Amino acid sequence: MGRAVTMNPRTEVAARTIAPIVVGLVVLGGWQLAVTVGGVDDYLLPAPASIIDQLVEFAPSMLSAGLITGTNALIGLLVGAVLGIVVALFAASARLVDWMAAPVVAALAVIPIVALAPVLNTMFGADSQFGRQAIAALAVFVPVFINTLRGLRQALPVHRDLMAVYAAKPGQVMRTVTLPTATPFVFTGIRIGSSLAVISALVAEYFGGPRGGLGGLISTSAASSAYPRAWAYVIISIVLGLAFYLVTLGAERLAVRRRS
Amino acid sequence: MTQMTGGTDAVSIAGVDKVFETRSGQVQALSGIDLTVAAGEFVSLIGPSGCGKSTLMRLIADLDQPSTGTVSVFGKPAKDARIAQDYGIAFQQAGLLPWRTVEENIELPLSLHGAPKAERAARVAELVSLVGLGDFADRYPDQLSGGMQQRVAIARALAEKPRLLLMDEPFGALDEMTRERMQSELVRICAETGAAVVFVTHSIPEAVFLSDRVVVMSPRPGRIQEIVTMRLAATADREEGLREQHEFFDMITAVREALHQGSPVAAVRGVETR
Ligand SMILES: Nc1ncnc2c1ncn2[C@@H]1O[C@H](COP(=O)(O)OP(=O)(O)OP(=O)(O)O)[C@@H](O)[C@H]1O
Ligand SMILES: [Mg+2]
Repeated sequence: MGRAVTMNPRTEVAARTIAPIVVGLVVLGGWQLAVTVGGVDDYLLPAPASIIDQLVEFAPSMLSAGLITGTNALIGLLVGAVLGIVVALFAASARLVDWMAAPVVAALAVIPIVALAPVLNTMFGADSQFGRQAIAALAVFVPVFINTLRGLRQALPVHRDLMAVYAAKPGQVMRTVTLPTATPFVFTGIRIGSSLAVISALVAEYFGGPRGGLGGLISTSAASSAYPRAWAYVIISIVLGLAFYLVTLGAERLAVRRRS
Repeated sequence: MTQMTGGTDAVSIAGVDKVFETRSGQVQALSGIDLTVAAGEFVSLIGPSGCGKSTLMRLIADLDQPSTGTVSVFGKPAKDARIAQDYGIAFQQAGLLPWRTVEENIELPLSLHGAPKAERAARVAELVSLVGLGDFADRYPDQLSGGMQQRVAIARALAEKPRLLLMDEPFGALDEMTRERMQSELVRICAETGAAVVFVTHSIPEAVFLSDRVVVMSPRPGRIQEIVTMRLAATADREEGLREQHEFFDMITAVREALHQGSPVAAVRGVETR
């Protein structure tokens, strides 16, 4: 019994990888059984097998939908992150900018940004992806701005003293101490923003505009009672969200490595 | 105390008070400090925790300004001396940049001040071996022990061969053996470079071994209780053997007695300082 307490590291990594896979397989198996043997209505809950069928059958559409939503989310992520960092740099260097930006950011942080989707869709026309990208960018801007600004203020007093001792110029202080201290915070903001980017880009599609993205196809499939297909698009959305999250998490891990 | 003791003194402090304004009121950290450190002289500050040693050092480094009185370094106002890079400093905490390797940390002042690359590399290699970290040159601070980090900070302070070294308990985190080795190294470095040193420590033997004079400070508000001149061999000639000689113990006793005069149990209070 007590033997399992300590494992060698490699066994532990293997166990930690295998454990969730086993859980996933058990859940999927139970699900399939519940539908085929247990008689749960295929309408309410399609069987995993039929979802997989749809994934295969509609593979090209799945891929292109993922690409459309993914591109919107990626553009939103990049633009939102750059804006968040730039505005935070201004806010950190000038009190006045900080005071001007604070209420705007507070407002952005509390309104559900997807609520803007219908408005932006009509503003930029029914066949433009711009509204969705703008929504994703706004959603990303908030956490990136907040985290970057906090990071820019984390420089340790002893490091600031050191820069004073060396009579370092403002640009040198920025490069040597302020920015490196802020970097992990910036990446935390981007990591949080990455999930928001995918969610916003996808949900924004529910409110009109061009079809063809994951959100649009989920709602079309559901509306035409093609539930297994709707679920298949949901799975692609999950994969897309995970991909964004894992990549940005990896970037954050790299950035945090030496900043303890 | 005369205001001008000549432009050649490394440090000259006259009539300095330091009051910190805090939310819970004023804190008088230093009161009536007069002190001169000659060029090439080694002066230690010793006193109970919170008596203002670090504060005094920060005033010399121009990281804080006195409430009253003047601080000059090599005859210039402290601020000008800081901008002219007249001193090197090692803080109580090592204060290394965690995203730079040992080498890059030591190189920092050289690269900030635009030293040529080849010269930088040579100087860094020299310093790394001086502080005995040859095998750790490309490690990051979080891979070093506290004592090793402190040695990196010392190497960084020495990088530009300053004529004045300010050191705030630099050996506090070292084991006794390394500590004595570093003390001997410091004696040697000072002899070589002729640098003046203001050195904060809690260790009486360390202060005695290193110093020309030991400044004993009293508890808050920090005042200079007594300045004990070390009647020992010239600092440049001090060697390990000194630690076992009776003059050394006599000086330890003298500093200890000066230190204990300031404690509440001592009968005599308000001893004349100078
Ligand atoms: N920035 C500050 N604001 C307010 N009070 C301060 C500040 N810096 C120091 N003090 C106070 O001044 C006094 C002297 O502090 P200082 O750090 O100089 O003591 P010290 O002699 O170096 O002590 P230690 O031996 O523990 O390092 C302390 O009472 C401290 O609380
Ligand atoms: Mg101190």
